[in-house]
Amino acid sequence: MKKTGLKTNDLILQTITKIVLFIVIIFSFHLFFAGHNAPGGGFIGGLITSGAIVLLLIAFDVKTVKAILPINYVKVAAFGLLIAILSGIGSFLFGVPFLSHTHGHVHIPVLGDTHLATAVIFDLGVYFVVVGVTMTIIQTIGETE
Amino acid sequence: MTFLHWAILFPFLFAFMVPFLYKTFRKIHTGWFVLPLPICLFIFFLQFLPGVKYKEGIVQTVKWIPSLGIDFAVYVDGLSLLFALLITGIGSLVVLYSIYYLSKEKEQLNAFYVYLLMFMGSMLGVVLTDNTIVLYTFWEITSFSSFLLIGYWHYRERSRYGALKSMLITVFGGFSMLGGFILLYIMTGTFSIRETIAQSSSIADNGLFIPALILLLLGAFTKSAQFPFYIWLPDAMEAPTPVSAYLHSATMVKAGIYLVARFTPVFAGSAEWFWIVSLFGIFTLFWGSFHAVKQTDLKAMLAFSTVSQLGMIMSLLGVGSAALLFDHFEFYSVAILAAIFHLINHATFKGSLFMVAGIVDHETGTRDIRKLGGLMSLMPITFTIGLIGAFSMAGLPPFNGFLSKEMFFTGMIRVLNMDVFQTETWGFLLPVLAWIGSIFTFIYSMMFVFKTFAGKLQLENLPKKPHEAPIGMLIPPIVLASLVVIFGFFPNLLAYSLIEPAMKSVMPSVLKDGEHFHIHISHWHGFTAEFWMTVGVVILGIFLYLTASKWKRVYDLQPKRMTLNQLYDHSLKTTGKTSNRLTSFYMTGFIRDYLVYIFAFMIMAVGATMIIKQSISFAADDAAPVGIYELILSIVMIAGSITAVLARSRLTAIIALSSVGYSLALFFVLFRAPDLALTQLVIETVSTALFLLAFYFLPELQKKDKTRRFRLVNFIISAGVGGIVTLLAISASSERTGKTIAEYFLETSYSLGGGYNVVNVILVDFRGFDTLFEITVLAIAALAVYSMIRLRTGGKDVEENGFKNE
Repeated sequence: MKKTGLKTNDLILQTITKIVLFIVIIFSFHLFFAGHNAPGGGFIGGLITSGAIVLLLIAFDVKTVKAILPINYVKVAAFGLLIAILSGIGSFLFGVPFLSHTHGHVHIPVLGDTHLATAVIFDLGVYFVVVGVTMTIIQTIGETE
Repeated sequence: MTFLHWAILFPFLFAFMVPFLYKTFRKIHTGWFVLPLPICLFIFFLQFLPGVKYKEGIVQTVKWIPSLGIDFAVYVDGLSLLFALLITGIGSLVVLYSIYYLSKEKEQLNAFYVYLLMFMGSMLGVVLTDNTIVLYTFWEITSFSSFLLIGYWHYRERSRYGALKSMLITVFGGFSMLGGFILLYIMTGTFSIRETIAQSSSIADNGLFIPALILLLLGAFTKSAQFPFYIWLPDAMEAPTPVSAYLHSATMVKAGIYLVARFTPVFAGSAEWFWIVSLFGIFTLFWGSFHAVKQTDLKAMLAFSTVSQLGMIMSLLGVGSAALLFDHFEFYSVAILAAIFHLINHATFKGSLFMVAGIVDHETGTRDIRKLGGLMSLMPITFTIGLIGAFSMAGLPPFNGFLSKEMFFTGMIRVLNMDVFQTETWGFLLPVLAWIGSIFTFIYSMMFVFKTFAGKLQLENLPKKPHEAPIGMLIPPIVLASLVVIFGFFPNLLAYSLIEPAMKSVMPSVLKDGEHFHIHISHWHGFTAEFWMTVGVVILGIFLYLTASKWKRVYDLQPKRMTLNQLYDHSLKTTGKTSNRLTSFYMTGFIRDYLVYIFAFMIMAVGATMIIKQSISFAADDAAPVGIYELILSIVMIAGSITAVLARSRLTAIIALSSVGYSLALFFVLFRAPDLALTQLVIETVSTALFLLAFYFLPELQKKDKTRRFRLVNFIISAGVGGIVTLLAISASSERTGKTIAEYFLETSYSLGGGYNVVNVILVDFRGFDTLFEITVLAIAALAVYSMIRLRTGGKDVEENGFKNE
């Protein structure tokens, strides 16, 4: 990220990052989905996903990461907000107040009987906002010279 | 959700699709896709016509925020149906007109139709809702969309100026109106307009009645461009002509009229309402028509004319409100009848005149009447439409404007028969001003049509070679002009289908069940006072029109300084400068100063509250024993904090600070709060990364910063914050009595929220609103960081806005 006079050797960090990155991201997904019943949720999941990307940023540099992940994080945050708000508006369709949630058991072909809650949709919005916001801030500051 | 709700929301939903349609079908004008929507809505609303005639209005409610009494309630009665038909009807014509007016190659059509649909939906919302908070919400959206449409050609300086002006004035009014609604809520305990009306007799003596009345009227007067707030409307003419025809003459500016009409049952009968509404209205009528005559731009002339006509409708509503006090109310309620009738007529003739002005502008390239003239033979159809519209506006038979103008005179003359509210002393002002205003109305109507179409053709002054407009552009004004003629000959078509139900909504209390107003609109009443007033208007009008060059110097007598526009410009500039000076007084640009403000405030606010409430207490009875892990972690944290303070380099300070954060996470683990521990760990990691990033840009720590005073302030602040937080924590745990809210959440987390993780259920479900606002704030903060760093302009933008601190 930062140009210093010394030439740094990040070989170990970079190699480990490549492996750990996926574990961290999968863990963050796990945390997101587990969130409703076990520790986790959109906020933590989002933060850990951002943590993974930050790790990538530290191991490599902003330009490389931008080439691998050409994502506009401002749009990610906006998308998350949209999901969150739409999940709130969605409750109007059922004639209940804004942001009312419900839950119940649904039978899904492969997974079998699954307990689902509409709050997860809202949580997904939170997840995207958190990723978007964290990465927007870090990337913008990181890119300036 | 019923179809009525969807009817309001359809334009918004459709607005989402417009950009995609625009991108996909570049060859087809986007307007063609939009056109079916208002037409379908118009037909949809037409089918309510028989319904409102006989029964009470239709109410459909969807719960929105029931805990606060805010519901998305839709109420269709005569008045709201009349407006809904105007909005969708004129809307269809305007969309058709805009297809020919705006070029699909040059203009940003996607933006245009998104704004227009946004307006249409919000305007329908304003007139159809029964809930004042919902009304306010839609009301502000109409202001926003009007702002966007006025500033549509945003590269023009005048457009931006006009847009800002309309926004500031109407939003000021809207905000006052919200205050009025809240006062009404305090008095009645309901946000529903119908329930407020039901309680109207009991609130008249309330001390808040007059403030509520004034605040509400501020909203109505700013929106409907009444004196002295009208100044935004002439500048709003920078918008494309279809917009001016739609928003700034036929619909949005009538929202204020709607508000006054809708709340007449609540406020009518009070002297304040009568005098404020009718005097401001009648003066606006006079002032607008007087100034319309001196305009040289066709659209500016129409803008002042709109101001004047709105004043006329407003004054009629004011005068009509007194009818409630009399037994023979039908004698006085003719003013209300005239107001509603003229509302329809104005939409037809003014809409067509705006379209004529747009055609002239489009085909000749100018709207300046000094350059125009002699277009009669080149544009015969446009001329005919203009003639019909202008004669109707002037109040000449056989057009519909004549009928409502006569009725207007009747309403004003009958004020003289009233003996309430001291009408015997000042009441004569109303007919006198009405008459003078009508003379000027006659003059500018004649100027509009004859200066443009008669006289000598000056081809050399016209930027384009004029010819008749394409047929698509002519259809909408032809439709409106035919309505002018049809309503002129057969006014009673409207009498019981639209006007009578609307009158019933304005004055619901005077009629008993099954009764209805008797309406008969006729052309000839005999040689009455109204007749002679019209004759006088015509004769004096023709005389003054012909001698205009002689007396026009009157306008030079007006002071050039101290006008309302200058007052607006000046106060805007002063506000900008003052706030700039005030802000730069405390916004030093040093984050450490801001932290001092924040922490000092926190110490004082929390400390003072704790002392006043006497809530400082120390109880260690049920404290758990301190174990070895807690002890070690505490020592690490203390050591970390001290290192952070004493560190000589920022890097050391950052690392020391993170050690404090990680130890805190371990504390959460010890106290079995895995969610908090996880969050704290990740937050700490990400914020350390952020610190390291920001650290790169910060200057080295310097010795000279550390003066004695600086250190002393820092010491006091940090000791204060530490002390207060410690006190708060200890007092909070020792004051604990009874059940905490935690138990409720633990019990209901699964049954209501469907999750075992209470923290998460609280975040996304129980306190979902908080989370929604939090993520919104987060997103705003990210955008702020992004724009501050990316779009560094070096202070140029400050100069452009004129707020530069000199």
